[in-house]
Amino acid sequence: MRLHYPDAIRVIRVPCTGKVDVLHLLRVFEKGADGAYVVGCLEGDCRFENGNLRARKRVEQAQRILDAVGIGGERVQMVNLSSGEGPRFARVAVEITEKIREMGPNPLKKKTGGKMAA
Amino acid sequence: MIVAEQKPIEEIIEMLKDFDRILVAGCNECVTVCEAGGKKEVGILASALRMYFGNQGKKVRIDEVTLERQCDHEYLEEIRSNIDQYDAVLSLACGVGVQFMAEKYFSTPVLPGVNTCFMGVTEERGVWSERCQGCGQCILGMTAGICPISRCAKRLLNGPCGGATKGKSEINKDLDCAWQLIVDRLKEMGKLDTYETLMPIKDWSTERAGGPRKIIREDVRL
Amino acid sequence: MSEKTPSRLEKILRAGHLAVTSECGPPRGSDPEKITRKAEMIRDYVDAINITDNQTSVTRLCSLAACIHLKGMGLEPVLQMVTRDRNRIALQSDILGAASHDIHNILCLSGDHQLFGDCARGQNVFDLDSMQLIQTVRRMRDEGKFLGGDDIDRPPRMFVGAAANPFADPFEIRVPRLAKKIAAGAEFIQTQCIYNLDKFELWLKQARDRGLHEKVHILAGVTPFKSAGMAKYMKNRVPGMDVPDEVVKRMSGVPKEKQAQEGIDICVETILRLKEVEGISGFHVMAIEWEEKVPEIVERAGLYPRPDPG
Repeated sequence: MRLHYPDAIRVIRVPCTGKVDVLHLLRVFEKGADGAYVVGCLEGDCRFENGNLRARKRVEQAQRILDAVGIGGERVQMVNLSSGEGPRFARVAVEITEKIREMGPNPLKKKTGGKMAA
Repeated sequence: MIVAEQKPIEEIIEMLKDFDRILVAGCNECVTVCEAGGKKEVGILASALRMYFGNQGKKVRIDEVTLERQCDHEYLEEIRSNIDQYDAVLSLACGVGVQFMAEKYFSTPVLPGVNTCFMGVTEERGVWSERCQGCGQCILGMTAGICPISRCAKRLLNGPCGGATKGKSEINKDLDCAWQLIVDRLKEMGKLDTYETLMPIKDWSTERAGGPRKIIREDVRL
Repeated sequence: MSEKTPSRLEKILRAGHLAVTSECGPPRGSDPEKITRKAEMIRDYVDAINITDNQTSVTRLCSLAACIHLKGMGLEPVLQMVTRDRNRIALQSDILGAASHDIHNILCLSGDHQLFGDCARGQNVFDLDSMQLIQTVRRMRDEGKFLGGDDIDRPPRMFVGAAANPFADPFEIRVPRLAKKIAAGAEFIQTQCIYNLDKFELWLKQARDRGLHEKVHILAGVTPFKSAGMAKYMKNRVPGMDVPDEVVKRMSGVPKEKQAQEGIDICVETILRLKEVEGISGFHVMAIEWEEKVPEIVERAGLYPRPDPG
């Protein structure tokens, strides 16, 4: 659709959000990302039945862990939309980017210069 | 299998706060099945701990390994060559594995990352429940395959008590009354008349009460 | 059949009288006055007094000590003993302790789970269950032997009782359970308190059909409601209790000041109805913390004065 969404966003495509693991959501923050959002199909419309429901549970778990370790669980979010909702995707992208900018950068970037111990 | 639950991360952090080089060691068997300490859980926990210590400005090395089991010599030997690089191991194996590792690596602190709970089954993904307490003298043949020792809150051998309500235990309305289950099964098998057979007083000496247990099979020892 | 023990309760039952027993709960402290006062209130109206054993797992003065105080007053105690808190050594030991004070009645119970009480984090024992405890007392008495096989010096002479709850689930094994307790050696039964008379009479009929009423003395349990609130609480919050809606309605249908009397009336009516039923050997009036009403209930039920067992 060639709609504009913020440059700060890097899109990683997956065949279903059910493929996203809690570990992926944590690793991106380990490596210095400021936020992550998981965009899945509308609930009830998952082509693989409940991949997006599993994704939601994993996002919630990642939020709990990120809160517990002081990074901030709000930095990871689940969004549900249909693949035809291009304009909504763009809008959500802008909103989330704004929200994360307000939260400030990933605290790890300051402390470790963006590099974690191997 | 043995069912365990990961300790809250706050408790784990508290245990690890004085160490700089930590090995998080998982186990590929029971704790993998109950999603408490397998390779995946090791990865998630290690990532979380790195972020925590990083956020504290502390330089901590956190490595990951998942052994096939932690209750057999051969598998624990696999880390012998590099165990000295760590000043502590956080083991996500059940209490058995934690102890065996500690016995093997005598001078390395081995800390438990899970709470070991019971021997049980996977009822469905995410739900595990107790079935056996290892009394050492199995009576399942007399109780229609349902254990009154592990599933009755009062381990009555001649139950049910007077508190059972609508097939549920008096202590928790979500817990099945073991004796209701036994009676139902006896009925199903046409054996309800055996209900009146008095179950004799149990010999608990083969259970925890008799002291720590050991089994020796001379026929397979070298 | 001659009596097996010096128990006054046994004598009265064997003589064919309707027995009356009641219950007192020991205090949450060490003042014996708290229990002796309650027992004194009901002295002439009952044949024996049960002392509960850390009921609902709330820690109280032990049943054995309270029974000893009652013996000192010339009363007839029934030692309630649960298997929740003591292993077989302690159980046998306490039985001998009771016997050394000539306590001649024991009620064998498993006990409420400790999660209900004030020590929910404690261990429980359940080395034996109630049936196995019945067997144990009978063995100690009739064979004069400890569980381990050694001889007992001056075996206990106790009249052995058990509880029965016709209202707990599953109903279909409640009479088989009664039969089991009799086979284990129970000589008298005290039932859970009765509000659902139809269900109780059904259970009793099934027991009669098997001749169980002739093998054991069944004492029907009754408890007067103090208020409609108590009726509702017992209906909804007490496991194994059956309080029919009509009974709750009857209690609620009366103004608050009259509810206590209504509760007593229902209790008396229950006793009067059950007196006519074959298989009932007596009544167990449980008016915990309301012992002062026991005399009225016993009198109005036509059970006063109590017979002299001679």
